[in-house]
Amino acid sequence: MTNLNTLKTDLIAQVDAAADAAALEAIRISALGKSGQISELLKSLGKMSPDERREQGPAINGLRDAVAARLAERKAQMEAAELDRRLAAEGVDLSLPAPTRRRGSVHPTMQVMDEMVSIFAEMGFSVAEGPDIETDFNNFTALNFPPKHPAREMHDTFFMAADEAGERKVLRTHTSPVQVRVMRQINEKVPAWVATGQEPPIRVVVPGRTYRCDSDATHTPMFHQMEGLVIDKAVHMGHLKWTLETFISRFFETEGVVSRFRPHHFPFTEPSAEMDVQCDRSGGDIKIGQGTDWLEVVGCGMVHPNVLRNCGLDPEIWQGFAFGFGVDRLGMLKYGMPDLRDMFAGDTRWLGHYGFSPFAAPNPATGLS
Amino acid sequence: MKFTLSWLKEHLETQATVDQVVEAMTMAGLEVEHVENPAAKLAAFSVAKIVEAVQHPNADRLRVCQVDTRDGRKEIVCGAPNARPGLTTIYAPLGAYVPGSGITLEARPVRGVVSNGMLCSASELEAAEESDGIMELPGDLAVGTSAAEALGLEAVIDFEVTPNRPDWLGVVGIARDLAAAGLGTLQDPSVAPVAGTFPCPVSIRLDSPEACPIFAGRLIRGVRNGPSPTWLQQKLVSIGLRPINTLVDVTNLISYDRARPLHVYDAAKLSGGVIEARLGREGERLEALDGKTYDIGGEMCVIADSSGARAVGLGGVMGGESTGCSEGTTEVFVESAWFDPIRTAQTGRTTGITSDAQYRFARGVDPGFVIDGLELATRLILELCGGEASEILVAGQAPAAPGPITFDRAYVRQLSGLTLSEARIDQILRDLGFAVDGSQVTPPTWRRDVEGRADLVEEVARIEGFAALPAEPLPEMPRPAGGVLSVRQARMRAARRAMAAMGYAETVSWSFMPRAAARLFGGGDDALMIANPISADLDCMRPSVLPNLVEAAGRNARKGFADVALFEIGPIYRGDQPADQSAVVAGLVAPHAPRRWDGGGEDPLFALKADLMALLEELGAPSLQTAQGSSASWWHPGRSARLQLGPKTVVAEFGELHPQVLKALDVAGPVLAFELNFDALPEGKRKAVKTKPALSLSPHMPLSRDFAFVVDEAVAAGDLVRAVASADKTLIAQTRVFDVYRGASLGDGVKSLAVEILIQPQDHTLGEAEIEALSAKVVAAAAKAVGAKLRS
Repeated sequence: MTNLNTLKTDLIAQVDAAADAAALEAIRISALGKSGQISELLKSLGKMSPDERREQGPAINGLRDAVAARLAERKAQMEAAELDRRLAAEGVDLSLPAPTRRRGSVHPTMQVMDEMVSIFAEMGFSVAEGPDIETDFNNFTALNFPPKHPAREMHDTFFMAADEAGERKVLRTHTSPVQVRVMRQINEKVPAWVATGQEPPIRVVVPGRTYRCDSDATHTPMFHQMEGLVIDKAVHMGHLKWTLETFISRFFETEGVVSRFRPHHFPFTEPSAEMDVQCDRSGGDIKIGQGTDWLEVVGCGMVHPNVLRNCGLDPEIWQGFAFGFGVDRLGMLKYGMPDLRDMFAGDTRWLGHYGFSPFAAPNPATGLS
Repeated sequence: MKFTLSWLKEHLETQATVDQVVEAMTMAGLEVEHVENPAAKLAAFSVAKIVEAVQHPNADRLRVCQVDTRDGRKEIVCGAPNARPGLTTIYAPLGAYVPGSGITLEARPVRGVVSNGMLCSASELEAAEESDGIMELPGDLAVGTSAAEALGLEAVIDFEVTPNRPDWLGVVGIARDLAAAGLGTLQDPSVAPVAGTFPCPVSIRLDSPEACPIFAGRLIRGVRNGPSPTWLQQKLVSIGLRPINTLVDVTNLISYDRARPLHVYDAAKLSGGVIEARLGREGERLEALDGKTYDIGGEMCVIADSSGARAVGLGGVMGGESTGCSEGTTEVFVESAWFDPIRTAQTGRTTGITSDAQYRFARGVDPGFVIDGLELATRLILELCGGEASEILVAGQAPAAPGPITFDRAYVRQLSGLTLSEARIDQILRDLGFAVDGSQVTPPTWRRDVEGRADLVEEVARIEGFAALPAEPLPEMPRPAGGVLSVRQARMRAARRAMAAMGYAETVSWSFMPRAAARLFGGGDDALMIANPISADLDCMRPSVLPNLVEAAGRNARKGFADVALFEIGPIYRGDQPADQSAVVAGLVAPHAPRRWDGGGEDPLFALKADLMALLEELGAPSLQTAQGSSASWWHPGRSARLQLGPKTVVAEFGELHPQVLKALDVAGPVLAFELNFDALPEGKRKAVKTKPALSLSPHMPLSRDFAFVVDEAVAAGDLVRAVASADKTLIAQTRVFDVYRGASLGDGVKSLAVEILIQPQDHTLGEAEIEALSAKVVAAAAKAVGAKLRS
């Protein structure tokens, strides 16, 4: 027994004194290896008498367990110390800058387009499109602007060079020619994205680029409109009013938007109206939902019987309404861009400041932007 | 169109204030632009009386006046010859800003005498164009009365007349609508005729009724022309018109009061005894009343005398200098005619003349007021100038009055949603001058814009007020399942978010550009030129978005922000037909990334390629072939490529832009870019059912094998990769080049491409023999496709 106790004390002392993993492994082999001291003792058990074995067995196994446990403990200590040393050496200065990732943005006009489309989609509108280079017929004549009529002059039209037949196409002055394309069933070969005549009932919005030969602080030669067209049998001006009032309050995302309808004149609608929203201009910028000033936001009206006729629809059966928003202007109002011209200048500082995160896609749960 | 409240009140009995009038106008469709209040700028000026005026001790032409003012008695130096004791005039205190001279009064000695204020002339108050002396006001005006009140100045309402309502170009027309809208009572505007006392000695001939269907006139003899009376001058001045002489002022008054332009000829200057309206003749010219000479075109309506030989006016546009009325006029021939609107508009455009008459005739003057207008002018001329009027001569016939419209009153509710009684509907129509007879409603002659029942609904709804329209929810309508956007529309939307997420800033640029820039990018055809561009450098529809992005990058660089990544989604044009317009997403990177402390970084060209590939994946594009060496001329020939769907359809081009193109656009390179055409992608069906195909996952571990191939320098890595991938499309899940090596050990003209393949066993773990067999297939395929050999 004394022998075993001495051996135990000696081995434990060796384990405790081992300087590194290699020394520890050497001790393990000399004690617990195939021919190690403890292994030899265990082997000797077989040659013992049962009585001796009953006495020596637990003692030798106890010795083995104690040494093995101490070895494991010491090994874990060493590994922990080694890891600490490595971690200490691996440190970096995390106040150094990370590689910069470019920040992209969505243009405010396009964000507003997406917002508008999502509101109208909820109301059952789909999206129709048409070409920017339009025929005079679609842009004017079919919309009840008779040839040579003074109302045409007010449109500051861009004309394309005349073709061999002397026909001059125009850059569309509004998105309204797409109304004609949506209503008028004709045999014309157009690409799939261009709207073609459909049977009523019709409910579409038409976002797009529009052009007028005009340039100052509040006019650019190119701007964006969103047209709306609803054709049905019993859709009246009250529906128009609801549609625009509902749109405006959803678009500005505030309960307090006060709006008013007042008569106006457009050749392609009868009756015609404009809608104003109440705002406050006293502070230099425009605040919607307060104040006592009015700001025009949309022109609208009931589709003129002549337009329906020009598009092959019988005004005795079909009626409906149309409206046209200035998208850029609406965006300026909602998001506070002061100058229309900046919208098209491509200044990265402006785009970064007024642009939107790609994740600001309109969503009924999180809002429009 | 401008008018004052007091002028309105001549036709409308009302207690309304200016604000109430403006509000009622707005809600009836008369869009008020602004209200100008001259009282504001003359607030400092008031009535004063000169008590004493003595010669200035040091100046012959100056007087030193003692003046009673609202500030007490003041000593004021005045240079006006009419400064005399007892005169009632206008006084400006020190510190006042004098609008007519643009100076602010200071206490300064004038030749040794301090003037404590100023006595003002009409022109200094901007109440007249010119004046010779200080104002002479009626003596009964109390000292201290405000100048605005003393001069009868009041607020001027300026509003925009929509082209359908020429009747609003006269104050009576405004009054009629406001009366219907409940703002007051319309005063009877009818005109009593003046009987002529002798036959009209000037006869009238109409040569082209399509230009001038009716022409009425009469001669008034023995008139005394001269400056018109103060009330008339003030009225004209108040709305910004210049008084000329009584005869002319009367016609201007009626133009603004009744929207009825007239013309007065000095009958003594007319020759031949016949006045005629005909079309213009080749080479004819007219010296008009504005002092300018105009070439007359064959489409213009000309008024001529001397048996038609001499043009004395452009009908409905402007009279001629030769027969104009002056203060010496004693016999006047008054014209009241009707000129075709479209022709008059064109004459205005061709000549550049925008007179009050032209503006009114171009929009359509009331053909029912031809004779009344002449009678009204006669009445005023006789009253103001005396004389004796001839009988009226009328040639031709007024255009037909609007016919009756069958009007079912239920249509008001059907179209507008308003529920109104028939009595209310009829009352509104009658108030506006419509004749209502059972189901038939006839518009008045001044409402030629009203053509059908929808117009009648507008009248009723407008006067009832749009505030009364009931807001009714749109009925539900079946909508396409799974969203309303087409695949193409949804792709453009997705591209926008994807590009922004990859760090590009979205721009929106003009659809037009300089032709020179368009030519650099394969455009600039005649069919895409704009005939009337906003400026010479925006004259051509764009064949590509890239020039605009390049120029935007250049502008940013010139401001000190060279490191940009931009994109735009929008149209490009290859011709003027709808099929020639397509939508693209263009991206641009001007790589000037900031320096990095760790020296790291990535090749910007391949970073751009990675963005483009990620975008294509987001758009659901099919797999595309990379073709190099065939890019368009604006790309760097060695650093650009096309992504094609089959041999013909180019979906995208990307790479570095050609240095010559950048030089032409004056932008420093390198600039990397791509342009992807949405219309080259297969449209695909929009899916209403969004279930995804079942996912099948192999339970077996994938394993990878590397191959180092030696190929000719000219071999594209993509071709090798495609060959390797196609060796076994079932087992080879991925193929990737991980090293490119060139070196002496390989020899000249060749390179080594190291390729890793990922093998995904499908139904059993692969044995060594199967892997060997697959490797052999890979090597064989590479050898066959691009002559690749395994590197030894």
